[in-house]
Amino acid sequence: MTSSTNAPVTPARVEPPPIVEVRAVSKVYPGDVTALSAISLDFPDGQLTSLLGPSGCGKTTLLKIIAGLIPVTSGEVRINGRKVTGPGPERSFVFQDFALMPWATVLRNAAFGLELRGIARSEREAVAEGYLAQVGLKGFEQKYPHELSGGMRQRVGLARALVVNSAVILMDEPFSAVDEQTRRKFQEDLLELTARERKTFIFVTHSIEEAVYISDRIALISPRPGRVSQIIDVAIPRRGDADAIRRHPTYLDSVESIWRGLRQYLE
Amino acid sequence: MPTRVDLLQPSTATPIVSQPTRGWLRRVLSHALALRLVSILAVLGCWEIAGRVPISPSFPTFLDTAHATAAMLADGSLIKALAITLVPLAIGIVISALVGVGAGVAMGLSRRVEWLGVPVFIVLQAAPLAALIPLIILAYGIGITTKVLIVCVMALPVIVLNSFKAVRHTPAALIEMGRSFLGTQRQLIFKVILPSAAPVIFAGLRLGVASGFVGAVLAELLVTPTGVGDIITYNQSIAEYPKMYGAIASVIAVSVVFIEMLEWIELRFFRPEKRV
Repeated sequence: MTSSTNAPVTPARVEPPPIVEVRAVSKVYPGDVTALSAISLDFPDGQLTSLLGPSGCGKTTLLKIIAGLIPVTSGEVRINGRKVTGPGPERSFVFQDFALMPWATVLRNAAFGLELRGIARSEREAVAEGYLAQVGLKGFEQKYPHELSGGMRQRVGLARALVVNSAVILMDEPFSAVDEQTRRKFQEDLLELTARERKTFIFVTHSIEEAVYISDRIALISPRPGRVSQIIDVAIPRRGDADAIRRHPTYLDSVESIWRGLRQYLE
Repeated sequence: MPTRVDLLQPSTATPIVSQPTRGWLRRVLSHALALRLVSILAVLGCWEIAGRVPISPSFPTFLDTAHATAAMLADGSLIKALAITLVPLAIGIVISALVGVGAGVAMGLSRRVEWLGVPVFIVLQAAPLAALIPLIILAYGIGITTKVLIVCVMALPVIVLNSFKAVRHTPAALIEMGRSFLGTQRQLIFKVILPSAAPVIFAGLRLGVASGFVGAVLAELLVTPTGVGDIITYNQSIAEYPKMYGAIASVIAVSVVFIEMLEWIELRFFRPEKRV
Protein backbone atom coordinates (compact mmCIF):
# COMPACT_ATOMS: atom_id res chain seq x y z
CA MET A 1 0.00 0.00 0.00
CA THR A 2 2.78 2.38 0.78
CA SER A 3 4.98 3.43 -2.04
CA SER A 4 7.98 1.33 -2.82
CA THR A 5 11.26 3.09 -2.40
CA ASN A 6 13.88 2.52 -5.01
CA ALA A 7 17.54 3.41 -5.34
CA PRO A 8 19.34 5.56 -4.39
CA VAL A 9 18.26 5.12 -0.81
CA THR A 10 19.48 6.31 2.54
CA PRO A 11 18.62 3.51 4.94
CA ALA A 12 19.24 5.59 8.05
CA ARG A 13 16.54 8.07 7.20
CA VAL A 14 13.39 8.00 9.30
CA GLU A 15 10.30 8.62 7.23
CA PRO A 16 8.23 11.48 8.62
CA PRO A 17 4.49 10.75 8.71
CA PRO A 18 2.64 11.61 5.50
CA ILE A 19 0.66 14.84 5.58
CA VAL A 20 -0.88 14.24 2.18
CA GLU A 21 -2.07 10.78 1.19
CA VAL A 22 -3.27 9.96 -2.28
CA ARG A 23 -5.28 6.75 -2.32
CA ALA A 24 -6.07 4.93 -5.57
CA VAL A 25 -6.93 8.16 -7.33
CA SER A 26 -8.19 7.85 -10.88
CA LYS A 27 -9.28 10.62 -13.14
CA VAL A 28 -11.17 10.02 -16.35
CA TYR A 29 -12.01 13.05 -18.45
CA PRO A 30 -15.09 13.16 -20.66
CA GLY A 31 -14.49 11.16 -23.81
CA ASP A 32 -12.90 8.33 -21.82
CA VAL A 33 -9.50 9.95 -21.55
CA THR A 34 -7.83 8.38 -18.54
CA ALA A 35 -5.51 11.01 -17.10
CA LEU A 36 -4.67 9.13 -13.91
CA SER A 37 -5.05 5.46 -13.19
CA ALA A 38 -5.26 4.34 -9.55
CA ILE A 39 -2.40 6.46 -8.23
CA SER A 40 -1.38 5.97 -4.60
CA LEU A 41 1.27 8.20 -3.16
CA ASP A 42 2.32 9.58 0.21
CA PHE A 43 3.79 13.00 0.76
CA PRO A 44 5.86 13.13 3.96
CA ASP A 45 5.47 16.16 6.20
CA GLY A 46 8.09 18.86 5.81
CA GLN A 47 9.58 17.51 2.59
CA LEU A 48 9.66 18.68 -0.96
CA THR A 49 8.28 16.02 -3.25
CA SER A 50 8.38 16.47 -6.99
CA LEU A 51 5.95 14.97 -9.45
CA LEU A 52 8.13 14.45 -12.49
CA GLY A 53 7.10 13.20 -15.88
CA PRO A 54 6.75 14.07 -19.54
CA SER A 55 4.03 16.44 -20.76
CA GLY A 56 0.58 14.97 -20.65
CA CYS A 57 1.36 12.39 -17.96
CA GLY A 58 -1.27 13.81 -15.61
CA LYS A 59 1.06 15.34 -13.04
CA THR A 60 -0.69 18.71 -13.09
CA THR A 61 -4.06 16.93 -12.90
CA LEU A 62 -2.83 15.11 -9.80
CA LEU A 63 -1.64 18.37 -8.24
CA LYS A 64 -4.97 20.07 -8.91
CA ILE A 65 -6.80 17.08 -7.45
CA ILE A 66 -4.71 17.45 -4.29
CA ALA A 67 -5.53 21.16 -4.35
CA GLY A 68 -9.23 20.31 -4.49
CA LEU A 69 -9.64 22.18 -7.78
CA ILE A 70 -10.50 19.07 -9.81
CA PRO A 71 -12.78 16.28 -8.49
CA VAL A 72 -11.53 12.69 -8.62
CA THR A 73 -13.32 10.03 -10.63
CA SER A 74 -12.51 7.45 -7.96
CA GLY A 75 -10.23 7.16 -4.98
CA GLU A 76 -9.52 9.87 -2.45
CA VAL A 77 -6.97 12.37 -1.16
CA ARG A 78 -6.46 12.87 2.56
CA ILE A 79 -4.73 15.80 4.20
CA ASN A 80 -3.81 15.19 7.83
CA GLY A 81 -6.19 12.26 7.67
CA ARG A 82 -9.15 14.33 6.45
CA LYS A 83 -10.69 13.67 3.09
CA VAL A 84 -10.34 16.44 0.51
CA THR A 85 -13.60 17.72 -0.95
CA GLY A 86 -12.37 21.08 -2.22
CA PRO A 87 -9.72 23.71 -1.61
CA GLY A 88 -8.76 24.18 2.04
CA PRO A 89 -6.78 26.53 4.27
CA GLU A 90 -3.99 23.99 4.77
CA ARG A 91 -3.07 24.11 1.09
CA SER A 92 -2.02 26.97 -1.15
CA PHE A 93 -1.22 26.98 -4.83
CA VAL A 94 1.47 28.55 -7.00
CA PHE A 95 0.31 28.70 -10.61
CA GLN A 96 2.31 28.01 -13.72
CA ASP A 97 1.13 31.19 -15.43
CA PHE A 98 1.25 33.20 -12.17
CA ALA A 99 -2.52 33.93 -12.14
CA LEU A 100 -2.02 37.45 -10.86
CA MET A 101 -4.84 39.96 -11.08
CA PRO A 102 -3.63 42.63 -13.53
CA TRP A 103 -5.86 45.29 -11.96
CA ALA A 104 -4.43 44.82 -8.47
CA THR A 105 -1.12 46.01 -7.07
CA VAL A 106 1.62 43.57 -6.09
CA LEU A 107 0.65 44.12 -2.47
CA ARG A 108 -3.03 43.39 -3.03
CA ASN A 109 -2.21 40.34 -5.12
CA ALA A 110 0.09 38.99 -2.42
CA ALA A 111 -2.48 39.67 0.30
CA PHE A 112 -5.41 38.32 -1.72
CA GLY A 113 -5.69 35.02 0.16
CA LEU A 114 -6.17 36.93 3.40
CA GLU A 115 -8.50 39.43 1.74
CA LEU A 116 -10.76 36.53 0.73
CA ARG A 117 -10.67 35.31 4.31
CA GLY A 118 -11.91 38.66 5.55
CA ILE A 119 -8.73 39.75 7.35
CA ALA A 120 -8.57 43.51 7.96
CA ARG A 121 -6.67 45.45 5.37
CA SER A 122 -3.88 46.82 7.58
CA GLU A 123 -3.28 43.40 9.07
CA ARG A 124 -3.17 41.47 5.81
CA GLU A 125 -1.01 44.08 4.13
CA ALA A 126 1.50 43.95 6.97
CA VAL A 127 1.78 40.17 6.55
CA ALA A 128 2.04 40.47 2.77
CA GLU A 129 4.74 43.15 3.01
CA GLY A 130 6.81 40.80 5.15
CA TYR A 131 6.62 37.96 2.63
CA LEU A 132 7.16 40.26 -0.33
CA ALA A 133 10.38 41.40 1.31
CA GLN A 134 11.31 37.78 1.87
CA VAL A 135 10.96 36.92 -1.80
CA GLY A 136 12.98 39.99 -2.75
CA LEU A 137 10.20 42.36 -3.81
CA LYS A 138 10.63 45.08 -1.21
CA GLY A 139 9.85 48.42 -2.83
CA PHE A 140 7.59 46.89 -5.50
CA GLU A 141 4.44 46.73 -3.37
CA GLN A 142 2.59 49.44 -5.26
CA LYS A 143 3.58 48.24 -8.74
CA TYR A 144 1.19 46.42 -11.02
CA PRO A 145 1.95 42.96 -12.46
CA HIS A 146 2.52 44.27 -15.99
CA GLU A 147 5.37 46.40 -14.66
CA LEU A 148 7.27 43.34 -13.43
CA SER A 149 9.36 40.75 -15.25
CA GLY A 150 8.12 37.16 -15.44
CA GLY A 151 10.42 36.07 -12.67
CA MET A 152 9.26 38.85 -10.38
CA ARG A 153 5.63 38.02 -11.12
CA GLN A 154 6.17 34.47 -10.00
CA ARG A 155 7.76 35.80 -6.81
CA VAL A 156 4.47 37.57 -6.18
CA GLY A 157 2.70 34.25 -6.80
CA LEU A 158 5.01 32.59 -4.30
CA ALA A 159 4.53 35.34 -1.72
CA ARG A 160 0.74 35.02 -2.13
CA ALA A 161 0.99 31.29 -1.38
CA LEU A 162 3.20 31.92 1.67
CA VAL A 163 1.03 34.71 3.08
CA VAL A 164 -1.87 32.38 3.94
CA ASN A 165 0.54 30.29 6.02
CA SER A 166 -0.66 26.90 4.82
CA ALA A 167 1.09 23.67 5.73
CA VAL A 168 1.26 22.43 2.15
CA ILE A 169 2.37 24.47 -0.83
CA LEU A 170 1.46 23.11 -4.24
CA MET A 171 3.56 24.38 -7.11
CA ASP A 172 2.54 23.74 -10.71
CA GLU A 173 5.65 24.10 -12.88
CA PRO A 174 6.20 27.47 -11.25
CA PHE A 175 9.47 28.21 -13.01
CA SER A 176 8.61 27.02 -16.49
CA ALA A 177 7.56 30.45 -17.70
CA VAL A 178 10.78 32.23 -16.65
CA ASP A 179 14.16 32.32 -18.31
CA GLU A 180 16.97 29.92 -17.47
CA GLN A 181 19.05 32.24 -15.26
CA THR A 182 16.03 33.36 -13.25
CA ARG A 183 14.99 29.76 -13.00
CA ARG A 184 18.30 28.71 -11.43
CA LYS A 185 18.16 31.55 -8.97
CA PHE A 186 14.60 30.56 -8.15
CA GLN A 187 15.62 26.98 -7.49
CA GLU A 188 18.34 28.12 -5.09
CA ASP A 189 15.88 30.43 -3.33
CA LEU A 190 13.38 27.61 -3.08
CA LEU A 191 15.96 25.43 -1.32
CA GLU A 192 16.59 28.24 1.13
CA LEU A 193 12.86 28.66 1.62
CA THR A 194 12.24 24.97 2.27
CA ALA A 195 15.03 24.99 4.84
CA ARG A 196 13.59 28.07 6.56
CA GLU A 197 9.86 27.36 6.43
CA ARG A 198 8.73 24.04 7.82
CA LYS A 199 6.27 23.35 5.09
CA THR A 200 5.47 20.50 2.79
CA PHE A 201 6.03 21.30 -0.87
CA ILE A 202 4.57 19.38 -3.76
CA PHE A 203 6.25 20.47 -6.92
CA VAL A 204 5.28 19.58 -10.47
CA THR A 205 8.00 19.77 -13.08
CA HIS A 206 9.04 18.18 -16.35
CA SER A 207 12.71 19.04 -15.80
CA ILE A 208 14.79 16.19 -14.45
CA GLU A 209 17.61 18.49 -13.33
CA GLU A 210 15.19 20.77 -11.53
CA ALA A 211 13.51 17.86 -9.75
CA VAL A 212 16.78 16.32 -8.62
CA TYR A 213 18.20 19.65 -7.54
CA ILE A 214 15.32 20.74 -5.31
CA SER A 215 13.56 17.56 -4.19
CA ASP A 216 13.77 15.33 -1.17
CA ARG A 217 11.76 12.77 -3.11
CA ILE A 218 10.74 12.40 -6.68
CA ALA A 219 7.67 10.54 -7.88
CA LEU A 220 8.14 9.60 -11.50
CA ILE A 221 4.83 9.65 -13.30
CA SER A 222 4.51 7.67 -16.52
CA PRO A 223 1.97 8.72 -19.11
CA ARG A 224 -1.16 7.23 -20.70
CA PRO A 225 -2.59 6.50 -18.25
CA GLY A 226 -0.74 8.42 -15.55
CA ARG A 227 0.66 6.20 -12.85
CA VAL A 228 3.58 6.29 -10.46
CA SER A 229 6.38 4.36 -12.10
CA GLN A 230 9.07 4.94 -9.49
CA ILE A 231 9.80 6.83 -6.28
CA ILE A 232 13.27 8.13 -5.75
CA ASP A 233 14.71 9.53 -2.54
CA VAL A 234 17.28 12.09 -3.47
CA ALA A 235 20.05 11.90 -0.90
CA ILE A 236 22.18 14.91 -1.66
CA PRO A 237 23.59 16.94 1.22
CA ARG A 238 21.85 20.29 0.82
CA ARG A 239 24.32 22.30 2.82
CA GLY A 240 26.90 24.14 0.85
CA ASP A 241 26.59 26.13 -2.29
CA ALA A 242 24.45 25.47 -5.30
CA ASP A 243 27.27 24.48 -7.61
CA ALA A 244 28.45 21.86 -5.15
CA ILE A 245 25.02 20.25 -5.34
CA ARG A 246 24.99 20.31 -9.11
CA ARG A 247 28.42 18.62 -9.18
CA HIS A 248 27.62 16.07 -6.49
CA PRO A 249 27.94 12.47 -7.81
CA THR A 250 24.52 11.56 -6.42
CA TYR A 251 22.99 14.47 -8.31
CA LEU A 252 24.57 13.40 -11.56
CA ASP A 253 23.71 9.72 -11.02
CA SER A 254 20.12 10.50 -10.15
CA VAL A 255 19.66 12.66 -13.23
CA GLU A 256 21.16 9.91 -15.36
CA SER A 257 19.04 7.11 -13.91
CA ILE A 258 15.83 9.11 -14.15
CA TRP A 259 16.59 9.96 -17.73
CA ARG A 260 17.07 6.27 -18.51
CA GLY A 261 13.77 5.54 -16.79
CA LEU A 262 11.85 8.21 -18.66
CA ARG A 263 13.23 7.94 -22.16
CA GLN A 264 11.14 4.84 -22.95
CA TYR A 265 8.04 7.07 -22.86
CA LEU A 266 9.38 9.44 -25.42
CA GLU A 267 9.12 7.11 -28.38
CA MET B 1 14.96 37.41 6.88
CA PRO B 2 17.74 37.92 4.37
CA THR B 3 17.43 40.83 2.05
CA ARG B 4 18.15 39.75 -1.45
CA VAL B 5 18.21 42.89 -3.40
CA ASP B 6 20.99 41.53 -5.58
CA LEU B 7 18.56 39.19 -7.30
CA LEU B 8 16.63 42.04 -8.61
CA GLN B 9 19.47 43.52 -10.55
CA PRO B 10 19.15 41.54 -13.78
CA SER B 11 15.38 41.60 -13.94
CA THR B 12 14.48 44.98 -12.53
CA ALA B 13 12.52 46.86 -15.13
CA THR B 14 13.97 50.31 -15.50
CA PRO B 15 11.40 52.97 -16.20
CA ILE B 16 11.30 53.84 -19.85
CA VAL B 17 13.14 57.10 -20.26
CA SER B 18 11.96 59.08 -23.20
CA GLN B 19 14.51 59.49 -25.94
CA PRO B 20 15.94 62.96 -26.36
CA THR B 21 13.55 64.48 -28.80
CA ARG B 22 14.97 65.18 -32.19
CA GLY B 23 12.72 67.95 -33.26
CA TRP B 24 9.85 70.13 -32.34
CA LEU B 25 7.47 68.49 -34.82
CA ARG B 26 8.42 65.04 -33.65
CA ARG B 27 7.71 65.96 -30.07
CA VAL B 28 4.32 67.39 -30.90
CA LEU B 29 3.40 64.44 -33.08
CA SER B 30 4.38 61.92 -30.43
CA HIS B 31 1.71 63.35 -28.18
CA ALA B 32 -1.58 61.45 -28.39
CA LEU B 33 -3.70 64.57 -28.14
CA ALA B 34 -1.76 66.27 -30.92
CA LEU B 35 -2.22 63.24 -33.15
CA ARG B 36 -5.95 63.34 -32.57
CA LEU B 37 -6.04 67.03 -33.44
CA VAL B 38 -4.10 66.39 -36.64
CA SER B 39 -6.52 63.64 -37.61
CA ILE B 40 -9.55 65.82 -36.89
CA LEU B 41 -8.05 68.71 -38.86
CA ALA B 42 -7.40 66.39 -41.79
CA VAL B 43 -11.02 65.25 -41.84
CA LEU B 44 -12.32 68.82 -41.57
CA GLY B 45 -9.93 69.87 -44.35
CA CYS B 46 -11.28 67.15 -46.63
CA TRP B 47 -14.82 68.24 -45.76
CA GLU B 48 -14.03 71.84 -46.66
CA ILE B 49 -12.53 70.81 -50.01
CA ALA B 50 -15.43 68.47 -50.79
CA GLY B 51 -17.88 71.25 -49.98
CA ARG B 52 -16.07 73.71 -52.23
CA VAL B 53 -15.85 71.36 -55.22
CA PRO B 54 -18.86 70.83 -54.50
CA ILE B 55 -19.58 67.10 -54.57
CA SER B 56 -23.29 67.84 -54.29
CA PRO B 57 -25.31 71.05 -54.19
CA SER B 58 -26.77 69.89 -50.90
CA PHE B 59 -23.33 69.36 -49.30
CA PRO B 60 -22.17 72.49 -47.47
CA THR B 61 -18.54 73.35 -46.74
CA PHE B 62 -17.17 72.91 -43.26
CA LEU B 63 -16.87 76.65 -42.71
CA ASP B 64 -20.50 77.29 -43.71
CA THR B 65 -21.58 74.52 -41.38
CA ALA B 66 -19.47 75.93 -38.57
CA HIS B 67 -21.06 79.35 -39.14
CA ALA B 68 -24.54 77.93 -39.08
CA THR B 69 -23.74 75.94 -35.94
CA ALA B 70 -22.35 79.01 -34.23
CA ALA B 71 -25.51 80.93 -35.14
CA MET B 72 -27.73 78.14 -33.75
CA LEU B 73 -25.60 78.06 -30.61
CA ALA B 74 -25.84 81.82 -30.25
CA ASP B 75 -29.62 81.98 -30.50
CA GLY B 76 -29.94 78.99 -28.15
CA SER B 77 -31.97 76.87 -30.53
CA LEU B 78 -29.34 74.15 -30.81
CA ILE B 79 -28.86 73.85 -27.05
CA LYS B 80 -32.63 73.65 -26.58
CA ALA B 81 -32.91 70.99 -29.26
CA LEU B 82 -30.05 68.94 -27.79
CA ALA B 83 -31.64 69.14 -24.35
CA ILE B 84 -34.86 67.72 -25.78
CA THR B 85 -33.03 64.95 -27.64
CA LEU B 86 -30.94 64.05 -24.61
CA VAL B 87 -33.92 63.21 -22.37
CA PRO B 88 -35.04 59.95 -24.03
CA LEU B 89 -31.42 59.24 -24.86
CA ALA B 90 -30.19 59.52 -21.29
CA ILE B 91 -33.10 57.48 -19.91
CA GLY B 92 -32.61 54.85 -22.59
CA ILE B 93 -28.87 54.61 -22.06
CA VAL B 94 -29.12 54.35 -18.28
CA ILE B 95 -31.74 51.59 -18.61
CA SER B 96 -29.69 49.81 -21.26
CA ALA B 97 -26.50 50.02 -19.22
CA LEU B 98 -28.09 48.66 -16.04
CA VAL B 99 -30.24 46.00 -17.69
CA GLY B 100 -27.64 45.17 -20.33
CA VAL B 101 -24.68 44.69 -18.01
CA GLY B 102 -26.90 42.85 -15.51
CA ALA B 103 -28.34 40.51 -18.12
CA GLY B 104 -24.99 39.95 -19.83
CA VAL B 105 -23.22 39.16 -16.57
CA ALA B 106 -26.02 36.79 -15.56
CA MET B 107 -25.72 34.99 -18.90
CA GLY B 108 -21.97 34.78 -18.47
CA LEU B 109 -22.29 33.29 -15.01
CA SER B 110 -25.05 30.78 -15.68
CA ARG B 111 -25.48 28.43 -18.63
CA ARG B 112 -29.24 28.36 -18.12
CA VAL B 113 -29.60 32.10 -18.33
CA GLU B 114 -27.32 31.96 -21.36
CA TRP B 115 -29.63 29.53 -23.20
CA LEU B 116 -32.58 31.67 -22.29
CA GLY B 117 -31.13 35.03 -23.21
CA VAL B 118 -28.38 34.85 -25.78
CA PRO B 119 -30.54 33.83 -28.79
CA VAL B 120 -32.84 36.81 -28.19
CA PHE B 121 -29.99 39.28 -28.23
CA ILE B 122 -28.19 37.70 -31.16
CA VAL B 123 -31.43 38.00 -33.17
CA LEU B 124 -31.85 41.60 -31.98
CA GLN B 125 -28.27 42.41 -32.96
CA ALA B 126 -28.70 40.88 -36.40
CA ALA B 127 -32.14 42.45 -37.06
CA PRO B 128 -32.45 45.75 -38.93
CA LEU B 129 -33.73 47.56 -35.89
CA ALA B 130 -35.06 50.57 -37.73
CA ALA B 131 -37.66 48.19 -39.18
CA LEU B 132 -38.95 47.53 -35.66
CA ILE B 133 -39.72 51.20 -35.08
CA PRO B 134 -43.20 51.15 -36.66
CA LEU B 135 -44.06 48.21 -34.41
CA ILE B 136 -42.95 50.11 -31.33
CA ILE B 137 -44.98 53.14 -32.42
CA LEU B 138 -48.03 50.92 -32.86
CA ALA B 139 -47.60 49.58 -29.36
CA TYR B 140 -46.52 52.66 -27.45
CA GLY B 141 -47.66 55.64 -29.50
CA ILE B 142 -45.46 58.58 -30.37
CA GLY B 143 -44.49 59.73 -26.89
CA ILE B 144 -41.27 59.54 -24.96
CA THR B 145 -41.81 55.84 -24.11
CA THR B 146 -41.37 54.94 -27.75
CA LYS B 147 -38.23 57.02 -28.08
CA VAL B 148 -36.71 55.51 -24.93
CA LEU B 149 -37.55 52.05 -26.23
CA ILE B 150 -35.90 52.76 -29.57
CA VAL B 151 -32.73 53.87 -27.78
CA CYS B 152 -32.83 50.67 -25.69
CA VAL B 153 -33.43 48.42 -28.67
CA MET B 154 -30.40 49.94 -30.38
CA ALA B 155 -28.10 49.98 -27.35
CA LEU B 156 -28.99 46.79 -25.48
CA PRO B 157 -27.79 43.94 -27.71
CA VAL B 158 -24.18 45.09 -27.97
CA ILE B 159 -23.99 45.85 -24.23
CA VAL B 160 -25.50 42.49 -23.29
CA LEU B 161 -23.40 40.42 -25.67
CA ASN B 162 -20.15 42.16 -24.69
CA SER B 163 -20.85 41.76 -20.98
CA PHE B 164 -21.71 38.11 -21.57
CA LYS B 165 -18.50 37.42 -23.49
CA ALA B 166 -16.41 39.41 -21.02
CA VAL B 167 -17.62 37.30 -18.11
CA ARG B 168 -17.40 34.04 -20.03
CA HIS B 169 -13.79 34.77 -21.01
CA THR B 170 -12.48 35.32 -17.50
CA PRO B 171 -9.11 33.52 -17.50
CA ALA B 172 -9.60 30.04 -16.04
CA ALA B 173 -6.39 30.44 -14.05
CA LEU B 174 -7.76 33.47 -12.20
CA ILE B 175 -10.91 31.58 -11.24
CA GLU B 176 -8.84 28.61 -10.07
CA MET B 177 -6.70 31.04 -8.10
CA GLY B 178 -9.76 32.52 -6.41
CA ARG B 179 -11.12 29.07 -5.61
CA SER B 180 -7.83 27.73 -4.29
CA PHE B 181 -7.53 30.72 -1.94
CA LEU B 182 -11.00 29.90 -0.61
CA GLY B 183 -13.02 32.62 -2.30
CA THR B 184 -16.78 32.23 -1.99
CA GLN B 185 -18.95 32.33 -5.10
CA ARG B 186 -19.84 35.92 -4.32
CA GLN B 187 -16.22 36.94 -3.76
CA LEU B 188 -15.23 35.26 -7.02
CA ILE B 189 -17.85 37.26 -8.90
CA PHE B 190 -17.10 40.63 -7.35
CA LYS B 191 -13.36 40.41 -6.75
CA VAL B 192 -12.22 38.34 -9.73
CA ILE B 193 -14.75 37.90 -12.54
CA LEU B 194 -16.20 41.42 -12.74
CA PRO B 195 -12.88 43.29 -12.48
CA SER B 196 -11.45 40.95 -15.08
CA ALA B 197 -14.46 41.53 -17.35
CA ALA B 198 -14.54 45.31 -16.86
CA PRO B 199 -12.52 46.30 -19.96
CA VAL B 200 -14.74 44.37 -22.37
CA ILE B 201 -17.93 45.41 -20.54
CA PHE B 202 -16.85 49.01 -20.99
CA ALA B 203 -16.05 48.44 -24.64
CA GLY B 204 -19.64 47.20 -25.00
CA LEU B 205 -20.97 50.22 -23.13
CA ARG B 206 -19.14 52.58 -25.47
CA LEU B 207 -20.54 50.81 -28.53
CA GLY B 208 -23.96 50.77 -26.87
CA VAL B 209 -23.86 54.51 -26.20
CA ALA B 210 -22.94 55.17 -29.81
CA SER B 211 -25.85 52.99 -30.98
CA GLY B 212 -28.11 54.72 -28.48
CA PHE B 213 -27.32 58.06 -30.12
CA VAL B 214 -28.24 56.59 -33.48
CA GLY B 215 -31.47 55.37 -31.91
CA ALA B 216 -32.32 58.75 -30.39
CA VAL B 217 -31.87 60.56 -33.70
CA LEU B 218 -33.71 57.82 -35.61
CA ALA B 219 -36.60 58.16 -33.20
CA GLU B 220 -36.80 61.88 -33.80
CA LEU B 221 -36.62 61.44 -37.55
CA LEU B 222 -39.14 58.59 -37.73
CA VAL B 223 -41.52 59.11 -34.82
CA THR B 224 -42.07 62.79 -34.14
CA PRO B 225 -39.65 65.50 -35.19
CA THR B 226 -38.47 67.02 -31.92
CA GLY B 227 -35.11 68.26 -30.71
CA VAL B 228 -32.21 67.76 -33.07
CA GLY B 229 -34.36 65.63 -35.36
CA ASP B 230 -36.62 68.64 -35.81
CA ILE B 231 -33.70 70.87 -36.81
CA ILE B 232 -32.50 68.26 -39.28
CA THR B 233 -35.87 67.62 -40.95
CA TYR B 234 -36.94 71.27 -40.98
CA ASN B 235 -33.70 72.59 -42.47
CA GLN B 236 -33.61 69.77 -44.99
CA SER B 237 -37.07 70.74 -46.18
CA ILE B 238 -36.09 74.40 -46.68
CA ALA B 239 -32.68 73.49 -48.16
CA GLU B 240 -30.73 75.12 -45.29
CA TYR B 241 -28.08 72.44 -45.55
CA PRO B 242 -25.40 74.09 -43.36
CA LYS B 243 -27.82 74.11 -40.41
CA MET B 244 -28.86 70.54 -41.09
CA TYR B 245 -25.24 69.37 -41.13
CA GLY B 246 -24.47 71.51 -38.10
CA ALA B 247 -27.18 69.69 -36.14
CA ILE B 248 -25.82 66.31 -37.26
CA ALA B 249 -22.24 67.31 -36.36
CA SER B 250 -23.30 68.54 -32.94
CA VAL B 251 -24.97 65.19 -32.19
CA ILE B 252 -21.74 63.45 -33.16
CA ALA B 253 -19.78 65.82 -30.92
CA VAL B 254 -22.04 65.14 -27.93
CA SER B 255 -21.76 61.41 -28.59
CA VAL B 256 -17.96 61.62 -28.61
CA VAL B 257 -18.02 63.54 -25.32
CA PHE B 258 -20.27 60.87 -23.79
CA ILE B 259 -17.97 58.08 -24.92
CA GLU B 260 -14.88 59.91 -23.65
CA MET B 261 -16.61 60.34 -20.30
CA LEU B 262 -17.26 56.61 -20.14
CA GLU B 263 -13.61 55.96 -20.85
CA TRP B 264 -12.64 58.34 -18.09
CA ILE B 265 -14.93 56.55 -15.64
CA GLU B 266 -13.47 53.21 -16.67
CA LEU B 267 -9.89 54.36 -16.15
CA ARG B 268 -10.68 56.24 -12.98
CA PHE B 269 -12.58 53.50 -11.18
CA PHE B 270 -11.89 50.18 -12.84
CA ARG B 271 -8.44 50.18 -14.39
CA PRO B 272 -5.93 51.44 -11.83
CA GLU B 273 -3.13 49.61 -13.64
CA LYS B 274 -3.66 51.79 -16.71
CA ARG B 275 -2.96 54.96 -14.80
CA VAL B 276 0.66 54.23 -13.97
